[in-house]
Amino acid sequence: MDMKLTHPWEEAVDEIRRWARINSPWAIHFNSGSCNGCDIEILATITPRYDLERFGIKLQGSPRHADVMICTGPVTRQARERLVRIYEQMPDPKFVVAVGSCAISGGAFRGCYNVEGGIDQVIPVNMYVPGCPPRPEAIIYGVVQLLQSLKPESQKG
Amino acid sequence: MIQNPKPQKFIVPIGPQHPALKEPGHFEFTVDGEIVTSVAIRLGYVHRGIEKAAEERNYVQDLYLLERVCGICSHIHATAYALGVEKLAGITVPPRAQAIRELVAELERVHSHLLWLGVAAHEAGFDTLFMYSWRDRETVMDILERLSGNRVNYSANVLGGVKFNVDAAQADAIRRGMDFLEERTHHYYNIVTAEETFLRRTRGVGTMSADQAEALGTLGPTARASGVQRDLRIDSPYAAYTEFPVQIVTASAGDLEARFVVHVNELFESYRVIRVILDNFPPGEIEVRMPRRIPEGETISRVEAPRGELFYFIKSNGTDQPERIKIRTPSLSNWASVSATAPGHKLADMPMILVGIDPCFSCSDRSVSILPHDRQSKLWTWEDLRQYGIEYYR
Repeated sequence: MDMKLTHPWEEAVDEIRRWARINSPWAIHFNSGSCNGCDIEILATITPRYDLERFGIKLQGSPRHADVMICTGPVTRQARERLVRIYEQMPDPKFVVAVGSCAISGGAFRGCYNVEGGIDQVIPVNMYVPGCPPRPEAIIYGVVQLLQSLKPESQKG
Repeated sequence: MIQNPKPQKFIVPIGPQHPALKEPGHFEFTVDGEIVTSVAIRLGYVHRGIEKAAEERNYVQDLYLLERVCGICSHIHATAYALGVEKLAGITVPPRAQAIRELVAELERVHSHLLWLGVAAHEAGFDTLFMYSWRDRETVMDILERLSGNRVNYSANVLGGVKFNVDAAQADAIRRGMDFLEERTHHYYNIVTAEETFLRRTRGVGTMSADQAEALGTLGPTARASGVQRDLRIDSPYAAYTEFPVQIVTASAGDLEARFVVHVNELFESYRVIRVILDNFPPGEIEVRMPRRIPEGETISRVEAPRGELFYFIKSNGTDQPERIKIRTPSLSNWASVSATAPGHKLADMPMILVGIDPCFSCSDRSVSILPHDRQSKLWTWEDLRQYGIEYYR
């Protein structure tokens, strides 16, 4: 029988990892074929009025450094392969936030010949932020909700 | 032993996911040391098939679909479409509605140019200007939200008019916003023309002569920065631009600095026109009734988007669905100027040159099919295209 005992220090390291992950997640933004509306709102969240960085969130260029993928667009056939590739390049554990109506269901582009109709058709999604486009407050709320969900039960509140 | 000492080509691929660009596009820069010798641009990651989808929906649904060709200039897409359909239907839109269309179009230009100013500064490594210009841009976003209820994709247009009116309180809020932005824009003008570190990134970079700009078919601020006198708001006025004309803004140098100067001066011009419209608002209705079925015919509709001339071709067949809609966006025309001006510059200047044309990928990504010599026209059905797409990406 395969019995694996966890060392106390392993638990402590896990605890530190989780604490670090929740307090400073690095995010990557990928546009899988959206109209740009969501993308400028995501950009607006890091600018002075909304300032996503006060939650420790940093928009990062490389998928290999990212914990959270903020993804927009209905996933065009051409972007699909790239989306999967970028998702696979991200280190575990990884989280995906789908921003905008078309990232959720295809939205206005549902049924177009060149779109898949939503991020979750291609990769697993952890959090959905609806709207066309969602307000920056909504995007921040979505990301903060995701971070909240990572906390252990005892620390939620 | 090396048999062939011939210098090897070194290609730097960038994209489609890239930290500097918010939208997917793939570029291959061939470099000799630090100097770029040629550029290959690969677009199409945002191709969704909107033109084909527009044929499957009715005229009212298309209005909202076409707004989402581009989220930055959504109003101008809807305006071009609405003007075209109204022309086909033979409807005269009330002057107040046309004035509101122009007002929102100019507010959109303000938001788009401030956005570009910030993104271009970001590419130059000047993040302070990026943060300042985006902070100030929130002023115009607030105005648009107050008018329409949404920050982006405000859908001001309906077929036959506009959706909302502008009351006195809103007009005052717009005036206050314009006063604030005008003061800030003077500050930006000083930065882009006098800040030494910034000028080193922009002066003499990506220079394009007027002849070159004409030959490459560039449009909008990119062409005007090279001294090309081309602005549809003046050349072929639409909506209310005959009553509330704008002045053309040009520069002659054709480099990135000139593009900054043109963008910033266009901001001043937009502030002026917005104030003139608010002071002389025509009274009356804002909407007329529109038939559901549009009489048979075809038309073109051209408007000046923030990035240049936007072209719509609309063909109707007498039903409530259009037969064909063809869109030609300014970004698509401007791409050629990147591959023409980039060679000879350092790789580090590439982000600036790319952003210098104010590119909009979601606008550019059209499907282009090249017909054989015999010029037999070809009709794609929905099923054909879907099958083609599936086969192509298999």
